[in-house]
Amino acid sequence: MLLEVTDVVVHYGKIAALKEITLSVDQGEIVALIGANGAGKTTTLKTISGLRPLSAGRIVFEGNDISRMPGHKRVTAGIGQAPEGRGVFPGMTVQENLLMGAYTRKGSVAKELAEVYELFPRLAERKNQSGGTMSGGEQQMVAIGRALMAKPRVLLLDEPSMGLAPILVNQIFDIIREINDRGTTVLLVEQNAQQALHLAHRAYVLETGRVVKSAEASLLLDDPEVRAAYLGGDLDVEGATG
Amino acid sequence: MNTHRKAGATGNPLTALRAATGDVSDRVRDWWADASRWQRWGIYALVLLLAIVAPHPIIASFMSPYTDWTSLLFNPIGTYVLLAIGLNIVVGHAGLLDLGFVAFYGIGAYTLAYLGTTVGWAFWPTVIMGVFLAAMSGVILGAPTLRLRGDYLAIVTLGFGEIVRITAVNTAALGGARGITPIPHPPNLFGVEFLLDPLPYYYLILAVIVLAVIFSLRLQRSRVGRAWTAIREDEDAAELMGVPTFRFKLLAFAIGAMVGGLAGTVFASKVIFLAPTNFPFILSATILAAVLLGGAGNLPGVIIGAFLIAWLPERFRGFADYRILVFGAALVLMMALRPQGLLPSRQRSAEIKEGTGGMGSLGAEVPRPDSDPDAAAVEVAR
Repeated sequence: MLLEVTDVVVHYGKIAALKEITLSVDQGEIVALIGANGAGKTTTLKTISGLRPLSAGRIVFEGNDISRMPGHKRVTAGIGQAPEGRGVFPGMTVQENLLMGAYTRKGSVAKELAEVYELFPRLAERKNQSGGTMSGGEQQMVAIGRALMAKPRVLLLDEPSMGLAPILVNQIFDIIREINDRGTTVLLVEQNAQQALHLAHRAYVLETGRVVKSAEASLLLDDPEVRAAYLGGDLDVEGATG
Repeated sequence: MNTHRKAGATGNPLTALRAATGDVSDRVRDWWADASRWQRWGIYALVLLLAIVAPHPIIASFMSPYTDWTSLLFNPIGTYVLLAIGLNIVVGHAGLLDLGFVAFYGIGAYTLAYLGTTVGWAFWPTVIMGVFLAAMSGVILGAPTLRLRGDYLAIVTLGFGEIVRITAVNTAALGGARGITPIPHPPNLFGVEFLLDPLPYYYLILAVIVLAVIFSLRLQRSRVGRAWTAIREDEDAAELMGVPTFRFKLLAFAIGAMVGGLAGTVFASKVIFLAPTNFPFILSATILAAVLLGGAGNLPGVIIGAFLIAWLPERFRGFADYRILVFGAALVLMMALRPQGLLPSRQRSAEIKEGTGGMGSLGAEVPRPDSDPDAAAVEVAR
């Protein structure tokens, strides 16, 4: 396993946001975490990337326990994240944002930069525009591209479809698949369960800080409980609801 | 570039005036940002030349008809400018709100005074020690508190400033409330004697300011500067880029404190007598006002801001008892016309538009009707 999260507990003050979460991500997979607001999806990602300290359990990445490793070192270890709400640096240009993603890398990053621009031609057109003036979809592209600049082994994506129009959501999901095809493992958090389950190989369903279901994504798509709770019952909803 | 400003400028006369002044200062800023190396060096040389001839009586006659201009140039103008350069590293670069900056100024000054009088050290070692102790106290203040963000950090730093002042009041070895005297002057430098004439001190502080400006500019363009910008704009995202945010925030505190301490030593070397009342909270607030008024993060703006904050109250002495009232009105007017500062950097203007107030983790969330990126994205997609 590339990434193993075992019995992780995370507290916000006295309230436990994660209650013994266990999940794993294998090399080359796309794994989705789905669930309602407040289920603990974002907290799980933040704990893996080191923005939240855990109070119990452990996180093992490539065989090393990284539970106590500070966030900035996990980047060099190979964990990249596009944070919730995108976290684009508003005052930096697109290119400066991307170069910031390569902050820990030494030597030339021209090759990675070219790759990101190839993946997101829109960013190449706007490399000198400041991040804050980009649209939501473009900011999401910046956030993903910026995380890729560090050449992560696993890419954590926090709600890439949030606030985007359906057509943009499709575009972003196509790109995530492309990134995965090129060899980057992806752990994806989504409220848009329908699309996430179509994209992912496996998925975990989170409810109030616990994993309540885990299975192949295609099986969850047909699971009656999951359909009722997250996919709009038996009404066959095509595409996004965003 | 400013079309949206003009569109919004109908009706309210203040808005129209703000747009007009904004256009002028944005144009100056943009010209500066795009200026070639030689144009910039030319301007630097011109400003330096102006600073060198500034004490001339002809300039003094209209700049300061009421008080001795050369003394003013040293303190408050020179000291404020130097302090503002230091605070700008903390507030403008790293985006950390420090309300107790005067503490480092005080520590620098008191170190020089104490070591120079009671211990009897030579001048230059005391300066180095003052800068060193100020930096150390920056680390000591920062290490436990920099895990706090925004307003909380501001409150702790405010407390620190008061602790330093009150400690000075209550420490007999530092002269308590009566202060320290006689603080030795600097030794002769290039054949110039440092006695009661303020002129040599002015050139001393000018030289220190030039060094601080070069240091600050180089720092801003370095890897460290990029890390600070990232921290200011989004601390979590910076950590996710692999920036050791805590360490860099601590570094900003230490370097800012160093410059503050340096200002303190230079100040103490002239004044002969030093007391805790030289380091009130209001000085921290004033320097912060200078940084924000000028345009935090942009060094030319910060220097202009500090100059105005130091100079205007003296220039307004003709208003006698109404002097501070007029000064306050001038500040209100400037901030009303130019809320982002007189000469903010382009980057900071973009941050302000984004809605973080350009303050990074200062926590000054200033949402505007048009600043919701999600809503804007949906609009675009439609």
